[in-house]
Amino acid sequence: MQDLVEVTDAGLYCRQGDFFVDPWRPVPRAIITHAHADHARRGCGRYLCAAPGKLVLRSRMGGQAPIDAVRHGESILINDVRVSLHPAGHVLGSAQVRLEHGGTTWVVTGDYKLERDPTCAPFEPVRCDVLVTESTFGLPVYRWPSSEVIAADLDRWWRGNRDAGRTSVVLAYALGKAQRLAALVDPSIGPIVAHGAVMTMVEAYRASGVRLPPIDRVPPRARRVGGGRALVIAPPSVLGGSWLRLFGETSVAMASGWMTLRGVRRRRGFAQGFVVSDHADFPGLLAAIEASGARRVLVTHGFADPLARLLRERGLDAAPLVTRFTGEASPDAVGVEEDDDPEASASGTAPSPGADAAAAGIPGTAAE
Amino acid sequence: MRPFTDLFWRLDGTTRTSEKLEALVAYFRGAPPDDAACAIDVLSGGRQIRAVPTSLLRQWAAEVTGLPPWLVEESYAHVGDLAETLALILPDPAAPADEAAGANEADVGLARLMRTTIHSLRHETEARKREVVLATWRRLASRERIVWHKLLTGGCRVGVSRTLVARALAEVAGVEPAVMAHRLMGGDVVDGEAYRRLLAPQRHDADDRRPYPFFLASALDGAEGHDVASLGGVADWQAEWKWDGMRAQLVRRGSDVAVWSRGEELVNEAFPDIVAAGATLPAGTVLDGELLAVAGGRLLGFSMLSRRSGRRTVTRRLLEDIPCVFVAYDLLEERGEDLRGRPLHERRLRLEALVPTPFAAGTAAHGAGPPQVPSAIFLSPVVSAASWTDLGLLRAEARRRGVEGLMLKRRASPYGVGRTRGDWWKWKIEPLEIDAVLLYAQAGHGRRAGLHSDYTLGLWHEGRLVTVAKAYSGLADTEIVEVDRIVRATTLEKHGPVRICEPTLVFQLAFEAVSTSTRHKSGVAVRFPRIVRWRRDKQPSEAGTLDDLRRMIPGGVPR
Repeated sequence: MQDLVEVTDAGLYCRQGDFFVDPWRPVPRAIITHAHADHARRGCGRYLCAAPGKLVLRSRMGGQAPIDAVRHGESILINDVRVSLHPAGHVLGSAQVRLEHGGTTWVVTGDYKLERDPTCAPFEPVRCDVLVTESTFGLPVYRWPSSEVIAADLDRWWRGNRDAGRTSVVLAYALGKAQRLAALVDPSIGPIVAHGAVMTMVEAYRASGVRLPPIDRVPPRARRVGGGRALVIAPPSVLGGSWLRLFGETSVAMASGWMTLRGVRRRRGFAQGFVVSDHADFPGLLAAIEASGARRVLVTHGFADPLARLLRERGLDAAPLVTRFTGEASPDAVGVEEDDDPEASASGTAPSPGADAAAAGIPGTAAE
Repeated sequence: MRPFTDLFWRLDGTTRTSEKLEALVAYFRGAPPDDAACAIDVLSGGRQIRAVPTSLLRQWAAEVTGLPPWLVEESYAHVGDLAETLALILPDPAAPADEAAGANEADVGLARLMRTTIHSLRHETEARKREVVLATWRRLASRERIVWHKLLTGGCRVGVSRTLVARALAEVAGVEPAVMAHRLMGGDVVDGEAYRRLLAPQRHDADDRRPYPFFLASALDGAEGHDVASLGGVADWQAEWKWDGMRAQLVRRGSDVAVWSRGEELVNEAFPDIVAAGATLPAGTVLDGELLAVAGGRLLGFSMLSRRSGRRTVTRRLLEDIPCVFVAYDLLEERGEDLRGRPLHERRLRLEALVPTPFAAGTAAHGAGPPQVPSAIFLSPVVSAASWTDLGLLRAEARRRGVEGLMLKRRASPYGVGRTRGDWWKWKIEPLEIDAVLLYAQAGHGRRAGLHSDYTLGLWHEGRLVTVAKAYSGLADTEIVEVDRIVRATTLEKHGPVRICEPTLVFQLAFEAVSTSTRHKSGVAVRFPRIVRWRRDKQPSEAGTLDDLRRMIPGGVPR
């Protein structure tokens, strides 16, 4: 039995169905797990995504891109391969891709998390024979606090800053994490303000039916915003630029799974780091792998080698699979490579982080 | 230990000195004296004991978590901090209901914790150690575990300087920071009683020994238009050799002698010979100068001096092998009178009267050496020249003389405070440079934990690359991240935290001097190696050779 997914120059390819999953080059037919830049690229002939993520993907791929959508769990036949998309819990519309052909079932997880997230459908385990899983945080040091703890920490920090007359700035991915944070915090503490790149996605989320608290856009040519009370949500690319000066005295925090580590927090000089990730933590990865029932596991971006070794020791047929996905860009890479620069993604010319790393011949990139 | 844990994380959570100071002050104001004394010791990097070997901690962590030992090691290599790695992988503590059963370490005072749980553990059996450690793991949350691990393994270093601790204590006690800095130098704060004395508002006898703030020179390197041409007439300036030793103040007051390093550390224990010589000075004298290691008429170089300077006790053997001298630059106090406001030319005349014997400058390389007088205190000689051009020619001899260049001091200037530009300049010789290849990389610690930022570099010799220097700094943060990725992608072998890399990267290495060395495999030692830039334009084959480096050794190439 031939594998249902193989790695080609253009990305993960299903030969039997003649389509790609999250290709990193333009291809005739692409199934997209979610709209982050290392998974969704412009220029494909046809896109297929889960229905809740269609508007988000549209805003990233441009108005003319031919995008088909299926409901979560609805199955369609593509050249003899039965395809269905199942919630991955990563961002709005994120999906695991289930492929069935000749009596064998594969699942490509894309990025996923198991934690509760008010802005997207929760992860659903899908039984399969072969699982292709991410491993961004595939070391046992990565374990996430609960959403309640994260929310309480964020609120305490924001309230403390507000009482000291400082504007709170939290840096987060414009797509997904920014909206999740806005939904987590207590909006009665003060106004929530967002960077333009975040606002574009906030609008796509709202248009998709996700409820979010009131969020203000930073007006163009504003001189002073926030009045020392606001929570500002911005992509990490604002660091080092003049944009942050709009807010007077600020406390800048980074929201990322990498904030688990003191060293990462300290070398970026963040006074505060919030451990918030839209990826599965180590126990989450193991739980998802077990829930899939897969006997064979292919491990992509992240800590693929150690995770595959651990799974082998636990009796599974596991191996790393080299792809160009990058997962959650390490904060060390902020400013070097940026997923969320609005100009870059609007022009469609900026190389994605994955492409940079691949061009330099570096596998794995950000995480390991 | 909860207040201390909170302090640790407050210090960790900020890069602002003012906030660190605030956290320290708050801690010391609230801490019981016993705990405060203990905290001072830990914060100022006092000698700590390792109660439990880290190998056992790793082993037990693997057992408790059910993770294979290699995955614990893999995690440690990624995190770069063992205390943190273990704290992160261990299961969350048991529910608070179970906690009530035994004393919770989080609530035990730091001093008691150190005494009962940590110091006494050292002598316990392995089985007992395991029992205590596992029980403590079950009780402490991750943030407390990190601090506890650090105390347990004797590796608790917090990002505060001794000076900052002194400033905080000064604020708590209501005394001058310099007074507190000195009180802290007088020996360990061993217990709560010693802590109370430390904070006493009245003047200690020991305060008499305190040094003046050091005046520091700025680099005259052409930056911002500062070069010799901008200094005016050469006659307005006093030039001296810039000795490559350790800046120090020799304080002789009352019956006391104190030798202070520039970091305001009392180094009497390391330099008993200088203390003895200082006792021959009249009371009420403060000299500013340089400690140098000199034997048989030769300057021994900084590395030999540092074998002395780090010691708390110095053996007779070490005193004989590495004798030291104090070369006086300036007279800051005479007969109890503060001279700092007087012009340099006046201070210099008084200094020459007090310390008449000039250090035999520049003779190190010629083997003549300082005169054999029973004192270890000499005068820093003035280097005279009729013009800046002539002085520049003398400066060019610096490397051969074993000095770093020239110091230029305005004759009319007072002795300032800190690094005030304009009156004191260091006119150093250009560094030596060579292009070298990255061979090994090691993950850094602290701010650079987890990033491969410590590089071992090599040069070509008989068709192979041999290591010649280890260098840390000089690259921008973004470059370090980039190098880290390449290191990971080109790793040939891993030995613990060290990765042997395929030779692909070339760096321009700068250093102050090269000398022969029996301690290095390459046979040479470079002084102050640092990376100036990443030579992306060069292939490893275009890097320098060991022979190129040997040619830079003053006086030829001994082989």
